[in-house]
Amino acid sequence: MTESEPETTPVLALEGVSKSFGAVRALRGVSLRLYAGEAHALAGENGAGKSTLIKTLAGVHRPDTGQVLLDGEPVQFNGPADARDAGVAVIYQEPTLFPDLSIAENIFMGRQPRRSMGRVDHRSVRGAADALFARLGVALDADQPARGLSIADQQLVEIAKALSFDARVLIMDEPTAALTGSEVARLFGVVRALREQGTAVLFISHRLEEIFDLCERVTTLRDGGWVSSEPVAGLTEDDLVRRMVGRDLAELYPKQDTELGEVALDVRRLTREGVFTDVSFQVRRGEIVSLAGLVGAGRSEVARAVFGVDRFDGGEVEVLGRRLKPGAPSLAMHAGLALVPEDRRAQGLVMDMSIERNIGLTGFAETTRAGLMNRGAERSRSLDWAVRLQVKYSRIADVVGTLSGGNQQKVVLAKWLATNPQVLIVDEPTRGIDVGTKAEVHRLLSSLAAEGVAVLMISSDLPEVLGMADRILVMHEGRLTAELTRGEATEETVMAAATGRVNREGKAA
Amino acid sequence: MTLTAPPVAEDAPAEGAARRRFIDKVFKARELAVAAVLVLMLLATQLSNTEFLSRQGITDLLLNATILVLVATGQAVVVITRNVDLSVGSVLGISAFAAGNYLQGGGSSLVAVVLAVGLGALFGALNGALVSLGKVPALVVTLGTLYIVRGIDSIWVGSRQITADSLPDGFVDFGHNGIWVVPYLALLAGAVLFCVGYYLRSYRSGREMYALGSSPEAAQLAGIPVRGRIMTAYVLCGALAGLAGALYLARFGNVDSATGSGYELTVVSAVVVGGVAFTGGSGTVYGAALGALLLTSINSVLPAIGVSSVWVTAINGILLLLAIAVDRILALRVAAVLRKQAARMRSARHA
Ligand SMILES: Nc1ncnc2c1ncn2[C@@H]1O[C@H](COP(=O)(O)OP(=O)(O)OP(=O)(O)O)[C@@H](O)[C@H]1O
Ligand SMILES: [Mg+2]
Repeated sequence: MTESEPETTPVLALEGVSKSFGAVRALRGVSLRLYAGEAHALAGENGAGKSTLIKTLAGVHRPDTGQVLLDGEPVQFNGPADARDAGVAVIYQEPTLFPDLSIAENIFMGRQPRRSMGRVDHRSVRGAADALFARLGVALDADQPARGLSIADQQLVEIAKALSFDARVLIMDEPTAALTGSEVARLFGVVRALREQGTAVLFISHRLEEIFDLCERVTTLRDGGWVSSEPVAGLTEDDLVRRMVGRDLAELYPKQDTELGEVALDVRRLTREGVFTDVSFQVRRGEIVSLAGLVGAGRSEVARAVFGVDRFDGGEVEVLGRRLKPGAPSLAMHAGLALVPEDRRAQGLVMDMSIERNIGLTGFAETTRAGLMNRGAERSRSLDWAVRLQVKYSRIADVVGTLSGGNQQKVVLAKWLATNPQVLIVDEPTRGIDVGTKAEVHRLLSSLAAEGVAVLMISSDLPEVLGMADRILVMHEGRLTAELTRGEATEETVMAAATGRVNREGKAA
Repeated sequence: MTLTAPPVAEDAPAEGAARRRFIDKVFKARELAVAAVLVLMLLATQLSNTEFLSRQGITDLLLNATILVLVATGQAVVVITRNVDLSVGSVLGISAFAAGNYLQGGGSSLVAVVLAVGLGALFGALNGALVSLGKVPALVVTLGTLYIVRGIDSIWVGSRQITADSLPDGFVDFGHNGIWVVPYLALLAGAVLFCVGYYLRSYRSGREMYALGSSPEAAQLAGIPVRGRIMTAYVLCGALAGLAGALYLARFGNVDSATGSGYELTVVSAVVVGGVAFTGGSGTVYGAALGALLLTSINSVLPAIGVSSVWVTAINGILLLLAIAVDRILALRVAAVLRKQAARMRSARHA
C-alpha cells in the first residue's frame, strides 16, 4: 500500500479478503488496515461492497478467503458477539432496534449493568442511557419504546449504542445519512474525542465533504475490488469521485429550465393536531418545489397526509383541480399522485420479494388483464425501470433484501416513477445514494419536470435543495416559516428559517 | 423572503413527562383491563348468586385456574420469543400419565412430580431443537410434536386409566387441601408465576427473550445467542406443562389417553387475552395468568348465573377477538401519542 502508513501494528485489519453471495462477488481480495487514533474512510458507489466489508469486520460474514487480523494476529469471529468482545463497535447501515423495548434497553441489550445475584439494574441502565444522550447532546427520552422513532432518531440510538462500550474500533456505516447538520457536527465532535483517546475509526458516507472533514485516510472500493488507500490530505473531491466511479462525473445539479404550467397540487390549510399546522402551498406543472427544514419539522408528515397515508384534522388537498378524499392512497394514486417514502425498509419495499415484484406492485392496473396478472408485462416494465435507474443486481428476480442500501433506494424510486405520476412527492430521494447515481436521480427529476410533472422534493441535503428547486418552502416546528425563490435561497437564508432564528451559522456540512 | 408565523415555544420537558406517564399507563392498562373485567364479572355474579364467592367457591375458582395458569405462563414465554408451542396439551397428558403410572407402582410423590417435569422438559427440548435448528415455523413444528406426543401417549396408555384410589393419599390430599381458602396448588402456581415473571424482568437472558421476539434480525446482530434463548423458552414451557400434568393428576386423580387434548387452544387464548402479543416481544406472564384466570372463571360463572355451559366456548371466542381488537386500538393510540411526543422532542431540541 502507501508509504505514509504508521509504523505501528494495525488494531484491526483485513488481508486479501474475498466474499461471494452466490454469483455476486461482493468483495475481491480487499485489504484494509485500521490504526489506533486514526479515522479511516471507506468510499465507493452503491453496491461496491462497503457494507459487506464492515459485516466481515463485525463477524456477521465470514470471509471466503483472506484473514481478519486483530493486533496483527489472525482471528476468527464466529458471530457479532465475538467481534464485540474484541472491542469492535458497529453502527450498521440499517438501524437494528428492538421496537418493543425502551431506548435504554436497546442500547444496553446483553450488556446491562447488574446488581446483586446477576439481576439487571434497570435504574443504572436508564441513567447510563441518559448520560450518553447528554454526551451526544440529543434530547431523547430513554424510557420511550423504540417503536415509532424517526429514522434519524433511530440512527442516534445506534450511535449511542456504539459509544456505550469502550470500543477500540468504532465502525460506522453511513451514520449521517439521515442526520441534519447540527447532529452531524455533534457526532463528529464525539468521534474526534474518541479518536484522540486512541480509538480506531472506520467511517462510510456518500457525503464526500464529511469524509474530508473527519478522516485522515481513505480506502476506495469499486465493484468489490480494492482501488486505493491513501491519505486524505492532498486529495480533491474530484479525485475521490474518479477513483470511485472510474471516470469523470457530469454536472452535479443538472437543472433544466422549464415552462411552468397550471397548478397541479394545491394544499390548503392542512392541519394535523400536534404534528403540523396550517400548511398551504401550491406546486405547478413543470416546477420542482423543495420542502426544506430540520428532520422532524413535519415535512414527511405533510407528505404522508397529502398522499392519504395519514389522516389530517383540517384543510384540503387538490390534485389537478380535483379534490382528494382524505385517507385514501389508492384514490390519490389514481388521481396521478405518487409518494416515494422516506423509510424504505418499513414503507417503501417488501423486503422478501424480488426486485421485479416490488416494482410491479404499483403497476397492477397496467399489467393485469381481465383480473389476471400478466407476469411477462410485469417483468418487462420492472426491467425497464431497474435499468433506467441503474439498479445493481445480478438477476431481476433477486430478493430486494439482499441488495445494498443505495440500490434498495433506487428500487423504491423505480417503483413509483413507473406509475407515470403527474404529481410526484419524493421524501429524501437520495438518502444513501452514491454521487454518480445521485446526479442521475437529479437528472431524472429535472427531465420529469420538463415533461410537465409537478415535483415536491423533501430533502435534508442542503446543496441538493439549492441546486434542484425552483422554489423552497421551509418548515419549522410543523409550520411553513418561509417561501424562497431560487434567487433568494442561500444556505444561510434556508437554515435561518429552518431553525426559526434569523442569524445562525450555516449548516455544518 | 416572507417569514410567517413565529415559532411557538412550548414547555416541552413537563409535557414529555406527562406523556410518558400516560404511555406507561396505557401499557400497564392492558393487564389492568383484564383484571378489571375479571373483578367486575365476579362481583356481578356474586350479586345475582350470593353463594358464588363463598369459601368453597373461591377455592374452586383458584383450583380450576391453577393448571391453566401454569401452562399459560410457559406458553407466554415462548410467545414472547415470537414462537408458539402447540404441543403443551399432549405433553401435559403424557406427563400426567407417567407420574400416575409411577405412583401406582408405589413411588414417592416428589419423585413423581420431578419425573413429570423432567419428561415435559425433554419434550420442550425436542421442540426447541427443531424450531431453532430447522428453519421451520414453530406453528408447524409443534403441530407435528402435538400429534407425535399424543400418538406415543395413546400407544403407551392404550385403554388403561389411572384413578384416584390407586394414588397415595398424601398426593391426593395435596391436590385438594390448602391454607385457608388458597389451595396448595394455587400457591405453587403463584410461586412459579412470580419466579418466571421476575426472571423475565430482571435477568439479562430474560430481557434477551423480549429482544429476540421483538426483532430476530437485530437480536442476531446484537450478539444474542438466539438458539440458546429459544431453547430455554421451550424447555421452560415443556417443564411447566409437565408440572401442570402432575398437578392435574393430584387434582383430578383421573388420567387416560385423552387427557389434555385440545388444551393448547385454551392456553393460547389465555395468553392472547392476557395481552401477550403473537408478534413477540411484548406482554407479561402476569397478563397471561390473568387471562387464564378470566377464561376459567367464565366456566364457573355461567352455571352460577344459570346460563348453560354450552355458551362457554363461544364466549371464550368473543373474549379473544375483543382482546385482539383492544390491542389493536391501543397500539394505534400509543403510536399517535409517540408521534406527537417525538415531534415535540424534536422541536424542543432545536429550539
Ligand atoms: N446477503 C446477501 N445476499 C446476496 N447478495 C448480497 C448480500 N449482501 C450483499 N449482497 C450484494 O453484495 C454487493 C455489495 O453490497 P454492499 O451492501 O456491501 O454494498 P455497499 O457498498 O454497502 O452499497 P451502499 O452504498 O448502497 O450501501 C451488492 O451487489 C449486494 O447486492
Ligand atoms: Mg451499504
